[in-house]
Amino acid sequence: MTLTRRAAIAIGLGAPLVLLTRPALASPETMNAAIAEFTDGRSVQEGRITLDIPVLVENGNSVPMTVEVDSPMTPEDHVTEIAVFNERNPLPDVVRFRPSPALGLARFQTRIRLGDTQKITAIARLSDGTLWSAAMTVIVTAPACIES
Amino acid sequence: MTDALVNIPETATPGEIIEIKLLISHPMETGFRPRSDGSLVPRDIITSVRCLYGGETVLEVDLNPAISANPFLVFHLRADRSDEIALEWTDWGGVVHREARQITVA
Repeated sequence: MTLTRRAAIAIGLGAPLVLLTRPALASPETMNAAIAEFTDGRSVQEGRITLDIPVLVENGNSVPMTVEVDSPMTPEDHVTEIAVFNERNPLPDVVRFRPSPALGLARFQTRIRLGDTQKITAIARLSDGTLWSAAMTVIVTAPACIES
Repeated sequence: MTDALVNIPETATPGEIIEIKLLISHPMETGFRPRSDGSLVPRDIITSVRCLYGGETVLEVDLNPAISANPFLVFHLRADRSDEIALEWTDWGGVVHREARQITVA
């Protein structure tokens, strides 16, 4: 059988899928399990926390992320912990911040790795025990983590 | 010794919320990256960062392989007294690195 132009293109399109088989990735289920462990079964409300990541990133190796909680950061009312989770990197945890009220402002900035297009979830625990979350989907054109 | 850039203001007015920046020179090897022979490059990451204001811990950060190489961190601190601001980070071998600066609040 001769290789038609159409078949050659089809093989070309399919090849990256074969090459991109990855080590065990976290799944939405493992992210949900990590979140359940963090929240300890308490209910999580949406709001008060904002997650700022570019919606479309070219390079998943270094993605700027800012997370901020609307909190007065007083001894009576402050953020005790912020956890950021992802659903498609090999591990569900990204970073955790445990601030004290002395910070005065609950805003943190870092740079993260994203192994794939995926949803990022941030959850804040406040001193009154309530939990607040924000989530966003980031599209990654060149993923991180597994390239050699 | 890990190289790091630490940016802490030298002076502040009482109650001012200052910005602190930390950039650590470190590969943050994930432990998931294959070598050409198929074996994995062992994990080597900074596991945690701590900020102390006058010896009191004001922030703890847990890092994971999902943090980029050369970890970069920006956070804030309410400057209410002249004191030492120290940043400590722990590497994969458990070694604690420390950078400290004095801030004058007046």
